[in-house]
Amino acid sequence: MQPLVSMHGINKAFSGVPALQSASLEVAPGEVHGLIGQNGAGKSTFIKVLTGVYRRDAGTVQFDGHDSTVTCPRDAQATGIATIYQELNLVPLRSVTENVTLGYEPKRMGVLIDWPKAHRRTREILSRFGIDIDVRAPLGSYSTAIQQLVAIARAVSLDAKLVIMDEPTSSLDANEVETLFGVIRGLRDAGVSVLYVSHFLDELFAVCDRVTIMRDGQTVGTRNIGETSKLGLIADMLGRNPEDIEAAGMTEFGGGQAKLGEILLEAKGVSTGNRLLEFDLTVHRGEIVGLGGLLGAGRTEAARAIFGVDALTKGAMTFKGAPSAPANPSDAINEGIGFLTEDRKAEGIVPDMSVRENLTLALLPKLTKNGQIDRAQEKELVEGYIKSLGIKTADMDQPIRELSGGNQQKVLLARWLATEPDLLILDEPTRGVDVGAKLEIQAIIRDYVDKGFGVVLISSEFEELVEGADRIVVLQDGYSVSELQNPGITENALVKAIAHHYEREAAE
Amino acid sequence: MNAQTLRQNGGVVALIAILLFNAAFTPNFLQLQTLFVNISQVATIAIVAMGMTLVIATGGIDLSVGAIMALSGAMAPLIFQSEFGTAYPALGLTAAFVFPLIVACMCGLFNGALISVLRVQPIIATLILFISGRGIAQVLTNGNLQTFKNPAFSYLGTGKVLGLPFQGWLALAIAVVLFWVVKRTSFGRYLLAVGGNEKAAQLSGGPVKTVKIGAYVICAFLSGIAGLIVVAINSASDAARNGNLMELDAIAAAVVGGALLQGGRAPIFGAILGAIIIQLVKYTLLANGVEDEVALIAKAFIIVLAVYVQQARKE
Ligand SMILES: Nc1ncnc2c1ncn2[C@@H]1O[C@H](COP(=O)(O)OP(=O)(O)OP(=O)(O)O)[C@@H](O)[C@H]1O
Ligand SMILES: [Mg+2]
Repeated sequence: MQPLVSMHGINKAFSGVPALQSASLEVAPGEVHGLIGQNGAGKSTFIKVLTGVYRRDAGTVQFDGHDSTVTCPRDAQATGIATIYQELNLVPLRSVTENVTLGYEPKRMGVLIDWPKAHRRTREILSRFGIDIDVRAPLGSYSTAIQQLVAIARAVSLDAKLVIMDEPTSSLDANEVETLFGVIRGLRDAGVSVLYVSHFLDELFAVCDRVTIMRDGQTVGTRNIGETSKLGLIADMLGRNPEDIEAAGMTEFGGGQAKLGEILLEAKGVSTGNRLLEFDLTVHRGEIVGLGGLLGAGRTEAARAIFGVDALTKGAMTFKGAPSAPANPSDAINEGIGFLTEDRKAEGIVPDMSVRENLTLALLPKLTKNGQIDRAQEKELVEGYIKSLGIKTADMDQPIRELSGGNQQKVLLARWLATEPDLLILDEPTRGVDVGAKLEIQAIIRDYVDKGFGVVLISSEFEELVEGADRIVVLQDGYSVSELQNPGITENALVKAIAHHYEREAAE
Repeated sequence: MNAQTLRQNGGVVALIAILLFNAAFTPNFLQLQTLFVNISQVATIAIVAMGMTLVIATGGIDLSVGAIMALSGAMAPLIFQSEFGTAYPALGLTAAFVFPLIVACMCGLFNGALISVLRVQPIIATLILFISGRGIAQVLTNGNLQTFKNPAFSYLGTGKVLGLPFQGWLALAIAVVLFWVVKRTSFGRYLLAVGGNEKAAQLSGGPVKTVKIGAYVICAFLSGIAGLIVVAINSASDAARNGNLMELDAIAAAVVGGALLQGGRAPIFGAILGAIIIQLVKYTLLANGVEDEVALIAKAFIIVLAVYVQQARKE
């Protein structure tokens, strides 16, 4: 059968540095096609060439049997390609409805937007994903996961022939991923093709028919998913022998063997409004405490409370033995707390600044003498982190926006490690990071607590929590409801604890 | 030269084009006198444009620069011509520099506090002084033109160092200092971070409010200096005309120089380049007998062009 998409010999370089080198890809109609590769392998760039965000330097692109004439993303949508980019390009200040129907608003009398109809349609579209939210509220007021789902819902609603998803599940938890898979299978049954980028190999085995593997800007091959294995895919991605990888072992952070030190942080009955109502947490030195819970359970809000972003309305905290009530992040940092935020684009990177400047942003007060930044020290430090985290960047003065998503994430992690906080709060620390780097990062976090620091870990990946945390505090609707202790936590136990319905005494 | 380098060096190319045009068509262009006139004119635009560049770098805008010029300019002669000023000329002269600049800084503090603490939109916040500042200046001077003879004060606008106008050197010195501030100090780093992603800057412990207020204070301070220069050049203060429409020139110069209106970039020397271009366009049109109104349209056209080039560059 004639492929829906066929790209051959694609080259693309950014100011002389090649990102794609004669890469090729074929997607059959009605197929779910995976695209994998390490951070910086060129996946997102490949997609952007297809959708006209970037102009290719060489190569041919055919779509639906014709030479593609796409030169900008709008063309791509018109020819039937709907895309969810890795860095969501939604408008946070606009309502959910506006974001979902943008460019396709139902009209009355040809010009006026029919808002009731638009809201209704948006609610319909979102209900496929089991989301029931106020569609008039600004999108930015919802969590990253909801925003990601909204982006997916919008793309799926566009009646496309091809839906491209660049790491759609990076902030979703297991339930939401299942819902997404249901929708993807529905698309496939309707004859729509899906191009699916993910670092979660399990996901590929769950929904993909075939997988194309990329390495250093080249395509290494395409495999039928039934004829390959996880190990085989990893070997293809890294360009190494499966046997060697097996021998090296798939280490992870190994929770539960920590030797606990004194109490570092204690939060009692903390509330910051209606999303975090009553939250208790104790973190010892040398301990990784996970926060578990469903979407909207209050995990991120808990982190924001500890870090002084949201003011406490109730409760109290002690940190390093003294009462702690940071009024803003800068106070919290001075006390010795760090907070790696979940939303890389909105709350993490300063896009036009260099890797170096982004990495040292939180450390600036310590790098400054008489108002002047110590450049030599700064460079040395940045160089060290680029090496130890394996950040793929042309040089440290490259603007961070030009880095691949996973590499941006590593820079942000380095930003906080560099401040050497006593307590480090990590909200999705391995979001968008490839399999290999993920293990490295987990090892770095474990080393960090072994030095006598404490970590609060938030992750939508149950596996990461279960294996990484020494203890998991489960949140539900803004309350901390139970605690699980490692060793001995299983994913099942965690799921059960999260889903269990806890009776609370009426607040009155 | 390919499209990319043309875009990145658009300002320089434009400048060369204007110079060539003038050399060919404007009578008496290649004379020292022309250079002096242009330097003394461009210095005020450049000084204010550099302040504007810092404000724009935070994602803000300052419409009050012209009014602050009028205010500080109006105060100076009042001070050195006062009883005190004539009795103690040296002290009077010092006070005539210091007090207007303190008042200018307070105007900047007012703008900055409205914007960063009360979260008023920059356009609205600075509109307050844009309207009232010139009014206060006119009240101070009873709406009269104040002329004076004070060679020491006038040096600021008419003095020469190494044969070139003093205010040109002053602008250059300010540029060097600001360039260092932007590139080397943590204030400069935070300034760009706030403009580039305010939330990220704040969550990384950046003193967002202080930095914003700082930018408006510096901008107002520089406007105050420019106001004094204009008064010194003319040996007269005219509260109605001093700094009139300067906000437009300064914004235009900053944008032509490469400042992004959404913030995150502070090209200090770009602002000087932009100021030179704006001044030369004015001069070219004037010298070739084009009316003032048309010159305004030309300026508008330059701004549109600069913003267009920027948009293309972002891709
Ligand atoms: N606009 C750009 N300017 C310069 N270099 C770029 C740009 N976009 C991407 N690159 C470089 O191209 C390479 C491929 O990046 P790309 O974003 O395609 O990787 P990726 O496979 O999507 O990685 P990830 O899994 O981290 O998202 C990287 O080395 C990146 O630094
Ligand atoms: Mg990517």
